[in-house]
Amino acid sequence: MKVILQSLTKEFPSRNKRSKDVVVAVNDFTFEIPDGKLVGLLGPSGCGKSTTLNLISGLEKPTRGRVLFGDEDVTDYPPQDRGVGLVFQNYALYPHMTVFQNIIFPLQNLKGKDKLTKQQMAEKAEEAAKLVQISELMERKPSELSGGQQQRVAIARALVKRPRILLLDEPLSNLDARLRLQTREELRRIQRETGITTVFVTHDQEEAMSISDMIVVMKEGVLQQIGKPQEVYDDPVNLFVAKFLGTPPINVFNASIRDGGLYIGDERVLNVGAADSESITVGIRPEGFIPNKDGALTLQLTAVEVMGRDTSVVSVHPECVGANVRSIISADSRIANDAHKVRFDLKPEKVFMFDKQTEKRVRVDLKPIGR
Amino acid sequence: MNEKGLKRNASRRLILRIMTYVLLAIWAVMVLFPFYWMVLSSIKSYASYSSEKIPEFIPREPTLENYSTAFTQVPLSGYFSNTLIFTVVTTALMLIVTVLAAFAFSRLEFKGKNLVFTMFIALMMIPSELVVITNYHTITELGLRNTFTGLILPSVTSVFYIYLLKENFEQIPDELYKAAKVDGTSDFKYLTKVMIPICRPTIITITILKTVECWNSYVWPRLITTKQSHYLVSNGIQELRENGIGRENIPAMMAAVVVISVPLIVLFLIFRKRIMEGVSRGGTKG
Amino acid sequence: MKVNKAWLYLLPAALFLIFFMVYPLLDVLVYSVEEGYNSASQTFMGIGGYNYSYVLHDPYFMQAVSNTFILVIITVPVSTGLALLISMALNSIKKLRELFQTIYFLPYVTNTLAVGLVFMILFKKTAYTDGMVNALISIFGGGAVDFIDGPYWAKMFVLCFYTVWVVLPFKILILTSALASVNQDYYRAAKVDGASGWRVFSRITLPMISPMIFYLIITGFIGAFKAYSDAVALFGTNLNAAGMNTIVGYVYDMIYGDSGGFPSYASAAAIILFVIVLTITVINLLISRKQIHY
Repeated sequence: MKVILQSLTKEFPSRNKRSKDVVVAVNDFTFEIPDGKLVGLLGPSGCGKSTTLNLISGLEKPTRGRVLFGDEDVTDYPPQDRGVGLVFQNYALYPHMTVFQNIIFPLQNLKGKDKLTKQQMAEKAEEAAKLVQISELMERKPSELSGGQQQRVAIARALVKRPRILLLDEPLSNLDARLRLQTREELRRIQRETGITTVFVTHDQEEAMSISDMIVVMKEGVLQQIGKPQEVYDDPVNLFVAKFLGTPPINVFNASIRDGGLYIGDERVLNVGAADSESITVGIRPEGFIPNKDGALTLQLTAVEVMGRDTSVVSVHPECVGANVRSIISADSRIANDAHKVRFDLKPEKVFMFDKQTEKRVRVDLKPIGR
Repeated sequence: MNEKGLKRNASRRLILRIMTYVLLAIWAVMVLFPFYWMVLSSIKSYASYSSEKIPEFIPREPTLENYSTAFTQVPLSGYFSNTLIFTVVTTALMLIVTVLAAFAFSRLEFKGKNLVFTMFIALMMIPSELVVITNYHTITELGLRNTFTGLILPSVTSVFYIYLLKENFEQIPDELYKAAKVDGTSDFKYLTKVMIPICRPTIITITILKTVECWNSYVWPRLITTKQSHYLVSNGIQELRENGIGRENIPAMMAAVVVISVPLIVLFLIFRKRIMEGVSRGGTKG
Repeated sequence: MKVNKAWLYLLPAALFLIFFMVYPLLDVLVYSVEEGYNSASQTFMGIGGYNYSYVLHDPYFMQAVSNTFILVIITVPVSTGLALLISMALNSIKKLRELFQTIYFLPYVTNTLAVGLVFMILFKKTAYTDGMVNALISIFGGGAVDFIDGPYWAKMFVLCFYTVWVVLPFKILILTSALASVNQDYYRAAKVDGASGWRVFSRITLPMISPMIFYLIITGFIGAFKAYSDAVALFGTNLNAAGMNTIVGYVYDMIYGDSGGFPSYASAAAIILFVIVLTITVINLLISRKQIHY
């Protein structure tokens, strides 16, 4: 089932009761989630991603705009009629019910011709439990389960009705680091096995990048960019997206264009096919640096951190917007720890130019400087 | 510190400890003594009770005769069942009213919620002495004196319990409600299947507190009942003392006192932890 | 028209409250200013403050006010102090603590009227026996006193004693849990600093539980001002005759009972009581705001 959002807008009344202002949590969203995909809604906290999820589930009603599941306009449907499964950040398991009772709870609400016999419910519950591998926990209470197990129960409960869309709100944020890695693989597997269109919300870009077929980056209620994780990473539309994706984060410099060259400080680092400009921001991915003793860009070295496969070089530069510059290079290229300066050439495809004022991407042709 | 000092300190601590236990024991005797005395007097025969110039602490010939006197000469079982009906019905009605109101305040959205809730809370400060005058008048006008309806209706609502339960309901995470909504659970089903089971401890607490309150209520029953047939234990026992066997047959009266005290003491011993916890969370005497 | 479902859930509570609390509250104000109200014909002669002035000039009312004030002034400090002492003792022991706690709580769940009768026979002097308490007094060489039908101070003593006995369970319970919730680290720190027992009590324990003490004092005042059934249990329903009436007792007697059916006087007396309690509560709150620093 594909999900289509059309000019979706959600406004909340302002906290300040006196003022007539509204807070726009989601602002004019339009996009389409293809059938059977796993989609990550990504953004910093307060960007409206959870509201978007609630609009899809029907827990919130949009101020304007439509929500479509396939060809069906579900905007005015209450949550229970939309056929969605929802998994909450803190799982929202009913504490007084056993795992089995929790899982069959949604089925007990079915009425009329959809009504199931006890036997059918038990079968469906078994099936869902098997899918998330908790069959042996059916008689336990939620308080007797670990975080990861509770998570699985919550997913089983969301899946038991065979929803058309599965929605997950920060599904991994309450788990510890090791379990998180394991669970995200698990999510991927469950989604593949069921083929249910799945939307999950996260503030962790790594999590979103690693398992999503598609990511949706948001900021302050405004959609920034949609695409396959790698495409978005390789081709960000603005400085926010570039900064939000990737660990370590992208290095940002103040730069200028003079006589067909991109300058950081006084150093010409790349050739560029664009008119002269003083107000340019440049982002360089950590992996965009090539160590070279005659390299174009000179940095003050502060530390070299060897991390096995890679080496992380920490340095400073007066034009750098952040505290320091972090570059990841192959462990083979040795850099003396006691050197004061380090010089790099840059990979043009890892360098993005942005307008300093609008922070929008300036798409230009970048080339290494010929020497 | 030298050895002598240590020793002195240790013995001082011992004395303090002994004094603590003595103090506690004295008050325990003070509390228990009336109970002991009431049981003791109830098993002395009338003859031996009145012949003791200085009361005996251990009965010479214990007898249960007073208990049969209490049940035969006085409609004690009538008072008893009246109180039971009054307590059960009042408590049940209170629970329904309280749960519904607490649910509306904690879970549902409606216009003017804050205003209405503030008005409810303001009512908590109104002492019953102020409203009892009109209530007495109303019940009399409606011809409901000496009826259970008249006894029960004005005793049903307790704003405080609504407040207590509302606070408890609000501690249930919002996500549970959202999850239930997505699953198509109606509000009423959510209330009965999720909120009530989760808040069972609080509901039990207010049930017990209301039961104690009902069982011991005196003022309202005294105003509203004039016939033995509708007396509750409190005004029944008072009647007994002033116009009944209590005027001379003290042992029989004490037997009645024992009988009406026992149910609540048993209830207390069973639910000791819960009652004490509930009271410390917000009960007051009376 | 679609009515918000929430109102349906609120309806029962609202009906009960409007009918048995809000309306009576307004009505009592009306009653209190209706002069010469006749309950049989439901007519009145005029509007004014006569009911208040009648009540304030009624010697029975003044007796009730003075009794109530004496009761309040004696029992509130005594019960709070005693409760503090007992709670501290309870908190300092481990063995038998649960047993003591259970015993101390018993009066809370017993019928005030019923146990009051036991107190009555313990203190009463009759033709054939001086009673248990007098027997005790005679051991120490004292003369027999009738605490129930005797001199005023003796009756007041029994009333105060019984009131304290009845209110202590609640106070002990509140104070023991308040004491138990004081973070033990403060005591450990004080021990390391070598603070004396008295200093620990006055500088740590007391300030830490002061909010609860003030709470108990306020509820204690309110409760003691409403004393009634304790007095009935000890002295019978005709409290005026015993000279032991309380303000609430006066109100009830005016509604119904021996002086019979004067709702206007009852209302005036009830409102006077409410004003007294409100004033004292406000004063208490003002003081406590000055005293409690956190």
